[in-house]
Amino acid sequence: MGTVAVWRKIDEECVVSALQQAAERLDSAAGEVVLDFSSVRRVDPSALRAMVAFARTADEKAVKVVLCGVNVDVYKVLKLVKLTSRFSFVR
Amino acid sequence: MMAHEAVEEQRQVLPGAESLNAERIAYLERLVSQARTAAAVFSQFTQQDVDHIVKPMVLAGLEHAQSLARLAIEETRLGVMEDKVIKNMVATEFVYHYVKDKRTVGVIREYPERNLIEVAEPIGVILSLTPITNPTSTVLFKCIMAVKTRNAVVFSPHPKAWNCCCEAVRIMRDTAVRHGAPEGVFSCLESHTLEDNAYLMRHQDIALIDATGGPGAVKAAYSSGKPALGVGPGNTPVYLEKSADLNTAVVDIIISKTFDNGTICASEQTVVIDDEIYDRTLKKFAELGAHICNEKEAKLLARTVIDPQSGCMQPMAVGQKATVIARFIGLSVKPDTKLLIAPIHGVGREHPLSAEKLFPVLAVYRAKCVEEALKVCVDVNHAGGLGHTAVIFSRNDEIIRKFGEVINAGRIIVNSPGSIGALGAVYNDLVPTFAFGCGTGGGNSTTDNVNIYHYLNIKRLARRTQAHMWFRVPNQIYFNMNAVENVRQFPSRSTIIVTNPALERIGHADIVRHCISPETHVHLSVIPDMEPETKVVLDAVEALKFYKADQIIALGGGSVIDAAKIMKLKYESPEADLEELAAPFLDLRKRVVEYPTDRVNRARLIAIPTTSGTGSEVTPFAVLTDKERGRKVTLADYSLSPDVAIVDPQFVMSMPKGLTADTGIDCLTHALEAGVSNYASPYTDSNAMQAIRLVFKYLPIAYEHPRDEEARSLMHNAACIAAMAFSNASVGVNHALAHAFGARFNVAHGRANALMLPHVIAYNAAVPSKFMPSPYQKGYIAHKKYATVADLLGLGAGTVEEKVNKLIAATERLLDQLEFPRSIAELGISREEFERTVPELAKTAYDDPSWRSNPRMPLMDELIELFWKAYQGRGLAQATGTPRQQTV
Repeated sequence: MGTVAVWRKIDEECVVSALQQAAERLDSAAGEVVLDFSSVRRVDPSALRAMVAFARTADEKAVKVVLCGVNVDVYKVLKLVKLTSRFSFVR
Repeated sequence: MMAHEAVEEQRQVLPGAESLNAERIAYLERLVSQARTAAAVFSQFTQQDVDHIVKPMVLAGLEHAQSLARLAIEETRLGVMEDKVIKNMVATEFVYHYVKDKRTVGVIREYPERNLIEVAEPIGVILSLTPITNPTSTVLFKCIMAVKTRNAVVFSPHPKAWNCCCEAVRIMRDTAVRHGAPEGVFSCLESHTLEDNAYLMRHQDIALIDATGGPGAVKAAYSSGKPALGVGPGNTPVYLEKSADLNTAVVDIIISKTFDNGTICASEQTVVIDDEIYDRTLKKFAELGAHICNEKEAKLLARTVIDPQSGCMQPMAVGQKATVIARFIGLSVKPDTKLLIAPIHGVGREHPLSAEKLFPVLAVYRAKCVEEALKVCVDVNHAGGLGHTAVIFSRNDEIIRKFGEVINAGRIIVNSPGSIGALGAVYNDLVPTFAFGCGTGGGNSTTDNVNIYHYLNIKRLARRTQAHMWFRVPNQIYFNMNAVENVRQFPSRSTIIVTNPALERIGHADIVRHCISPETHVHLSVIPDMEPETKVVLDAVEALKFYKADQIIALGGGSVIDAAKIMKLKYESPEADLEELAAPFLDLRKRVVEYPTDRVNRARLIAIPTTSGTGSEVTPFAVLTDKERGRKVTLADYSLSPDVAIVDPQFVMSMPKGLTADTGIDCLTHALEAGVSNYASPYTDSNAMQAIRLVFKYLPIAYEHPRDEEARSLMHNAACIAAMAFSNASVGVNHALAHAFGARFNVAHGRANALMLPHVIAYNAAVPSKFMPSPYQKGYIAHKKYATVADLLGLGAGTVEEKVNKLIAATERLLDQLEFPRSIAELGISREEFERTVPELAKTAYDDPSWRSNPRMPLMDELIELFWKAYQGRGLAQATGTPRQQTV
């Protein structure tokens, strides 16, 4: 069976709920999920927690998480909390 | 900071995490993790964001100043409630006043004149140890600093001030988070063990330890291997000098020493009083509420408040009122006594009261003179107070400055209270703080009042500056046939013509003499026709002095003109040390030695060259041989440049063919090397290019037809023009090689240059194995410069590489026309001899300063390779691997 990639746009106003919903819909059949962060200018601690939780769920379901459109400020935050290794990034 | 802290913490060592259970470790990890997340999120905040949070935090601190002070007093039983309120207010209001307009996010400072920008980078997570003496004020201060700088803090308060600190942290955290700070920005350890501290101090996510407290805490912080701000104990000496305003001094000392019952570590400990005012001072203290102990009482006090074992203060006395201490030791004092004053007669363990006393007990010392007073202050300073704080009361500025010189203290407070003065922003313009850096004397990394800038990594964004360049040549150059007649226009009472025997013999000196006004006394100084020797030059200087010369005319080749330059230097500035002036340098404008500007004599130097090569008539260089020491002295400074150059071809019409060729190729090498030099500029380029064009066209004619006036004249000009280029752009590796080879095998300079030249062009045109750092050039352009020369000479070809090869071929053709030997081998130097010599030649060439302006940094192996290419000879040099194939 071929790899299925799922693409989801993340809205800055509701990063946590968007990630929770995305996590609930994570399907092992999908080999990869792409989260579009291009409209997220900043993240807060709750968003970071949601990202950690999402990465954990994705790991359990063997789904690769790809973040696209992450701005450099958010990327630096992910670096500082050592989260970059949990995701793949598309520039 | 605190004696009883010190006593407790003397036992402290850094235990490992082995004694912590898994639950405790998980708890500590959670604290750090929250702080790390907060710090990371904080990194996205703007200046506006943080300023929006800081102000309400300050207001909350002010609102709770009294309640927090009360809590601190109840818990610690130290100090004075009213004073603690003031401390809390200083920690908020005064600190806010200092930080409110400061930039702490993004670009924080710009220096346009230096092309420098400073950019703030937060630290991350800070572990903050806070003291028992100033518990809540320190927390408030650090919270404000942390938010202003976008950092998160994990607080570890002194165990005996835990409740009040936790409450201060809670107030700050709640206010900060309510106004947008990331949750987790501040946390406070619940309960406290040394093991917790040890674990946190070593935690990989703790970026900085800010330890305000006793020596144990500070030492532990510095021993952890983490960057740390550790500020520790003091022992403040005070010099009360006889010129001081006594009323002010006594009141200030009482204010300071009784403030919060003396718990601020910057407070006065020993006051050294001049003999003349000693009695009056003590009387004044007594009038204002101090109890002056007699000798017996002083001994009793010393025995009781200072631990005889450790020499440190007894914890029971710390932060207590004077009356409480007096009652405790059985001393009878008035009920309103503010301060206990005890005379001491020395400093050190035998004089216990000379130690730090964080309570209202003050030692006083009677000094017979300023010298003694300063020495006693130094003794107190070295008895536990190094790097901390000192105080002087005086109106004598000289003594104040001397005190500042001899006392090692980060804060030297003048004519104001020590403790509140050291806090900053109240009595002076020091930065407000609750952490005093004590420098290396106190085992600290800073002497500053710790402030927001210590909570930042400050990055410097340094833009490339456009280096200033120059073009300096003599301001008068006369050229063409009979230009020597211009000598007439320069008035002189006494002129010395410096020349060599040959030029005198053929009548050149007479030609010059006839151009000098009949009123002028003219004298001849004939020196040998060789590189000038120190002794010859110094002897000639005596002639200048004897005749009181006001004009020197140098008539000759490079050696005569060089000699005249040095004669002028020594005549005008007899103190000039030629050895020192010849010290090596990398950048002319940053050189260590300075040429003399004071002149006892003045003489105009007119240079008239009789060869067409060295260009010494316009250069700032002079070479001298010191035979006694067996070495050459090369001088370089624009003050050596002749005042006037006269480039008259009549003096070169009789140059022999060999000399014409040698000097002509020297001129070409000057121009080619200046053209590709790292110091080349449009000003030097125009001269270099013109000189190259003239040499290629007129040198063969001058060589073949020595009497051709036009060729001689233009070659004479070419030498001068090339010299103007290399005077400002310098030469390169060709000269370094030629100097080394010429000196070793006694080969004329121009000839030695010729042997190297085609190979050096190919070498510089290739991609360098090592680029030479140069702020003056952008990118590597030597190959393009050579291609431009090829175009100028009309050599044709399309690509840069082809053009460089055409230039090499044209140079080789020119050398053939001038009948130069084609190789070093042709000079009769055997391969074996050369092989033996080459390593030493390469070392000598490497030591030669000429190559420092070369576009390509020559490596030792490359110098050897170049020597071997010159040994093999012409017809081998090829430009290969130029940086890019392209047309110009």
